[in-house]
Amino acid sequence: MKIHKNIFFFILLLSCTVTSAQQTPAAKQTESVLITGATAHIGNGNVIEDSAIGFKDGKISYAGPQSGVSASEYNKVINAPGKHVYPGFIAANSTLGLVEVDAVRASNDQADTGDLIPHVRSLIAYNAESKIVESCRPNGILMAQVAPRGGLISGTSSVVQLDAWNWEDAAIKTDDGIHMHWPNAFRSEGWGFSGPSEFKPNKEYEKEIQAITTFISGAKAYLKGDKAPKNLPYEAVSGLFDGSQKLYINTDGEKEITDAVNFAKENGIRNIVIVGGGEAHKVADLLVKNNIPVLLSRPHRLPSGEDDNVKQPYMLAKMLSDKGILVGLEMSGAMERMNTRNLPFYAGTFAAYGLDKEKAVQIITENNARILGINDFSGTLETGKDATLFISEGDALDMRTNILSHAFIQGREISLESHQTKLWKRYMGKYEAGR
Amino acid sequence: MRKRLPVLLLVFLCSFTIYAQEYFPKNDGVKTTDHHYTAFTNAKIYITPTRVIDNGTLLIQKGRVIAAGSRVSVPANSIVVDLEGKHIYPSFIDIYSEFGIQKPARPGRGRRSPQYDASRKGFYWNDHIMPEKNAFDKFSFDTKKAGELLRAGFGTVNAHVADGIVRGTSVLVALDSLDTHHMRVLDEKAAQHLSFAKSIASAQNYPTSLMGAMALIRQMYKDAEWYAGGNAENRDMSLEALNANKSLPQIFDAGSYQNDLRASGIAGEFGLAYILKGGGDEYQRIREIKATGASFILPLDFPEAYDVTDPYQAGKVSLADMRLWNQVPGNPAALAKNGVPFAFTLSGLEKTADFKTNLLRAIDYGLDKTKALEALTTVPAGLLGKSDIGNLNNGSYASFLITSGDIFDKETTLYENWVLGEKYTITDRNIKDIRGEYTLNAGGKTYTLNITGEPASPKPELKSDTTKLSSRLTYENGWLNLFFSPETEGSGFLRLSGHVTTPETFGGKALLANGTEGSWTATRKSAYDEKEKKEKEEKFVPEAVPVTFPNKAYGFSELPKQENILFKNATVWTSEEEGILENTDVLVKNGKISRIGKDLSAGGATVIDATGKHLTAGIIDEHSHIAAASINEAGHNSSAEVIMEDVIDADDINIYRNLSGGVTSIQILHGSANPIGGRSAIIKLKWGLPAEKLIYGNSPKFIKFALGENVKQSNWGDTQTIRFPQSRMGVEQVYTDYFQRAKEYDAKKKSGKPYRFDYEMETLAEIINKERFITCHSYVQSEINMLMKVAERFNFPVNTFTHILEGYKVADKMKEHGVLGASTFSDWWAYKYEVNDAIPYNAAIMQSQGLNVAINSDDAEMSRRLNQEAGKTVKYGGVSEEEAWKMVTINPARMLHLDDRVGSIKEGKDADIVLWSDHPLSVYAIAEKTFIEGVPYYDYETMKQMQASIARERNKLINQMIEAKNKGMKTQAPKQKEEKHFHCDTEVYGI
Repeated sequence: MKIHKNIFFFILLLSCTVTSAQQTPAAKQTESVLITGATAHIGNGNVIEDSAIGFKDGKISYAGPQSGVSASEYNKVINAPGKHVYPGFIAANSTLGLVEVDAVRASNDQADTGDLIPHVRSLIAYNAESKIVESCRPNGILMAQVAPRGGLISGTSSVVQLDAWNWEDAAIKTDDGIHMHWPNAFRSEGWGFSGPSEFKPNKEYEKEIQAITTFISGAKAYLKGDKAPKNLPYEAVSGLFDGSQKLYINTDGEKEITDAVNFAKENGIRNIVIVGGGEAHKVADLLVKNNIPVLLSRPHRLPSGEDDNVKQPYMLAKMLSDKGILVGLEMSGAMERMNTRNLPFYAGTFAAYGLDKEKAVQIITENNARILGINDFSGTLETGKDATLFISEGDALDMRTNILSHAFIQGREISLESHQTKLWKRYMGKYEAGR
Repeated sequence: MRKRLPVLLLVFLCSFTIYAQEYFPKNDGVKTTDHHYTAFTNAKIYITPTRVIDNGTLLIQKGRVIAAGSRVSVPANSIVVDLEGKHIYPSFIDIYSEFGIQKPARPGRGRRSPQYDASRKGFYWNDHIMPEKNAFDKFSFDTKKAGELLRAGFGTVNAHVADGIVRGTSVLVALDSLDTHHMRVLDEKAAQHLSFAKSIASAQNYPTSLMGAMALIRQMYKDAEWYAGGNAENRDMSLEALNANKSLPQIFDAGSYQNDLRASGIAGEFGLAYILKGGGDEYQRIREIKATGASFILPLDFPEAYDVTDPYQAGKVSLADMRLWNQVPGNPAALAKNGVPFAFTLSGLEKTADFKTNLLRAIDYGLDKTKALEALTTVPAGLLGKSDIGNLNNGSYASFLITSGDIFDKETTLYENWVLGEKYTITDRNIKDIRGEYTLNAGGKTYTLNITGEPASPKPELKSDTTKLSSRLTYENGWLNLFFSPETEGSGFLRLSGHVTTPETFGGKALLANGTEGSWTATRKSAYDEKEKKEKEEKFVPEAVPVTFPNKAYGFSELPKQENILFKNATVWTSEEEGILENTDVLVKNGKISRIGKDLSAGGATVIDATGKHLTAGIIDEHSHIAAASINEAGHNSSAEVIMEDVIDADDINIYRNLSGGVTSIQILHGSANPIGGRSAIIKLKWGLPAEKLIYGNSPKFIKFALGENVKQSNWGDTQTIRFPQSRMGVEQVYTDYFQRAKEYDAKKKSGKPYRFDYEMETLAEIINKERFITCHSYVQSEINMLMKVAERFNFPVNTFTHILEGYKVADKMKEHGVLGASTFSDWWAYKYEVNDAIPYNAAIMQSQGLNVAINSDDAEMSRRLNQEAGKTVKYGGVSEEEAWKMVTINPARMLHLDDRVGSIKEGKDADIVLWSDHPLSVYAIAEKTFIEGVPYYDYETMKQMQASIARERNKLINQMIEAKNKGMKTQAPKQKEEKHFHCDTEVYGI
């Protein structure tokens, strides 16, 4: 046992690169790369055994059976038999880079004051050098939507890739959508002396919806007029009406989802996404009919009530997928920054409870890309798309085997080190030296 | 409201007899004395609920019963009241009342620092202990409320100040507004009252939790004993009062079956008998309730049906809450059936007027009427040790009710409520019942008048041929007034007035619309038909749904039994030297792992084919906060006296959810609000069993300690800056101080000298004596090192560091110190400043340095998939799969000193085992079956079937509630109880 461990550690020391507080973003791809022999999970539900994935100038140039490509066309060949290649996983509705330490207020930039602030933009607060961002990459998370929180209309999100010097370089889709928190028809009145209080029908529900509707109507009227004087919040939602931006509606309840869908239709909002969707299975027909995708909450949460199937959150993806709903996976929830690195295991949990494994991969690759509107250049291992992908020793949805050897963002081979690997090596070094 | 008005007047405008007290001076006339008797004859007299005289006589004088029976001689100077056909009952007693007491107010609190010390001097150190308070001093007779109570049939109340943990004495009062005899205060110190709830009048922080309140009560009794022995140098008027009140009945406001059991446990420890004011849910654990041997005070505030007309909202109400509506009215019947004595109280009822409705509902649910009457008369009297109330024996107080018949019949009228021999009229007994259908002649026309309603408040229905006319009728003191407008609009009113001598026919003067006078007569055609009315108001008693254990979704209707099982052909993860055994059989017999091998014979055991499956020992979560009513006693910087075993919540659905993730044992730890927390509860997740059955027999003793941001209150807000410690420097001093004191305490105790028994010091001395082990919540290396050094100074090792997120930095020191366990998260970080350097490689590094490492949850969600969290150690740091699995089984068992009983698949150990669908460290593994001691507490397939039966039962209850609503019963808006999800820093009182 001990011998085995020491060998492992030796290998580890060898692989130890120069580490600093933050990883230095990789330079632009100059050498073309071909990964051969691996099982390629395309991201669209398909798998290619004994595959070859080639990429040049940051774009995928080949994705198919190894037999269909000549290795000589590539500067560098990574021989990866027995390994697995995946498109980079995409974290939707995350707050990566907006908060560094939950309990330290000074490090918190995820929400601003005001209920209707669509003009607030998450991108400019995105900390490309966040230690948490860095910790996500070794698990295969290479892109993320960074979204604001709070209020009714929280602000505007953007999509970033996770290896950049600054937010500007990180952005792969700027201002992709507006995030809204739909009111709850049932709401809790906080904590009392004896513990958590009860959820009761929210008497303000209609009034809160009215506030949103009034705002949206106001925006529509404003945008038809001469737009003077300028109104920042109204300007910020113009993309909702021409279809260039999506409206992400955070809501879980059956009634609330129905109300939200009707609201969007009545107000001419073209592209909406339900975020959360705890009871989306109960209104599946409505969602299918209106072609509305759902970004499901992390399944690693408790069922919403004690009467529910104890595995209910694990089973939702299968339930929605079977109904023909486009299902993605979002990151909000307890300790969400640090938990973003568990994204693959959330998908794996869906697979454990009925969802086909490749469909589970698809949820956090192609589906999330489609929902975020970045599927034209990412989300799958297909020719012409960004070479944002990684190689894992085994099944990347299983924590036992999600062990990355290489990761590329737009063809650039990124460091898989972090503040955490650095401490690991440093202290293992200390103990080894002391022996 | 209008209807009530005449009744109100009747209650107050009654007796004006003047009795002079013998030694009172008299200045407004001549002094008179009156020795007359009042005799009530020909009545059915309930001397007690079980001693009933038909056609008897009750003789009273000067507020007391002189005689009651069938052969009572009536003295000449008696006022004789003939009660032919009427019933006499002892009037009711409310033993748990707040009558005439003004509740203390919450002091105005702005943004200010917490208050740690008491605000009084000369009393106990905790403001919430107030045995010296006497309700009598705060008492002021509330005539209006008395009227309300008299109308409900009550004659005596035991009033207390419902505030604080020890609330002082109550006053027993007869509801005699006039108090002619100057004797309505029957006992100015009738009982002592207690509860688990703090006083709202004091902001003193301690206790902040249920287990803190329990510890406080225990320490208080010990201190009282010590004080009584004359050992104190100070004066403590609270303890003096507590000692003085010892002989009084002790009434404890528990408020739920779980708190009933908690309070009765304390009573048992101190040889006390608490009278428990319950919560109405005692039927859920009737066996345990009966076993307390306690008497109960039961509320009658039955839950209203939920308004389930909106299916979306109805979906939010849990099965457990719906069941309460269906089952709770049957609580009194269940207690009666099991021979548990109880009294009723009005407490909790929104309106006193609902008393009779709800009491009758309890009777409809099967409560025997005699028991009901006893619960209102002899039982409360007996609990208060009073023989002269609640009965009509010779010499008892003349407090009784005169009714038209059986008092538990809905139609029965309460005529008079006599209190201490004074009459309070509720409904005029001599009132002539004018209800029925009459032919009315007035103003030269003939009408049909149908009188319905109650005899004292009749309602008119007036018709001219078939046309209904609007009319109003008043009927008081025998005079009837009726006015109405005849057919033609705008023709003014016809006003009729007359005295009713006989209800068959009466009449009087009529004032016509034009102002002229005439006469009128009414002649009864047919009498009022009571039955007709009864049929209209059919009562609704829904079919009762069965109680399960626990009484909520996924509860068992019958507890599962221990099975002998042979698992065939499994991949067995032994967590022992044997490692992982392929194609192996495991035989479970009598709750133990009996044999492990190949091709074992079943010998009568049930065979489970485990081919392709994995069999492991049950997961052990070293750090859990589920299944507890409360987690943090944050009122002091040390709370070593509090006991998590006191607050186990065996009904927490998270027990079942944990089983679904293969967890079989957990340590419920106190939170991390203070450097020295409370004693742990180590339990098995035996879903369906009561709390005490979950605790390990001969349980290892543990206590939670904590370091870092939580104990120095870093994230508690700007006002929380006065409690020591506020820095890591202070934390060391807290430990040194407490251990030093504990050492001195222990030495004094061992010396044989008298000492003040101190639960906190007892606990800490156990640590020094290596009888109790520390589990310390810890983050950064400096403080980890510090605690080890403090422990070394006091010559004991720190058993476990939990969280221990920087353990990887001092793993060598921990090893050297002899730390038995390092229990950590797999990958948590970034939530606080102190976890900046928390890394997922921690477990692997510590393990590589020879530490015994466990992966824990601290979280109700994560605990259901600790197998996956263990799997992460393979990814982060390359721990072998076999070793990774040990981190959630045998390793935590070792650090909990339970490795001789659980944690591995080894012959002779408890059969706490899990059958997995797949490699147990994999994300794809599903726990299919979870056994504890051979009992199948969880099964994945069964869970899915139960989900369907839950849906069916919900539907049934929803239909019942719709029916209830249609029948006019009151409903409440749907609500969903928020689940309690505790972490280290959760502060919830927990009652």
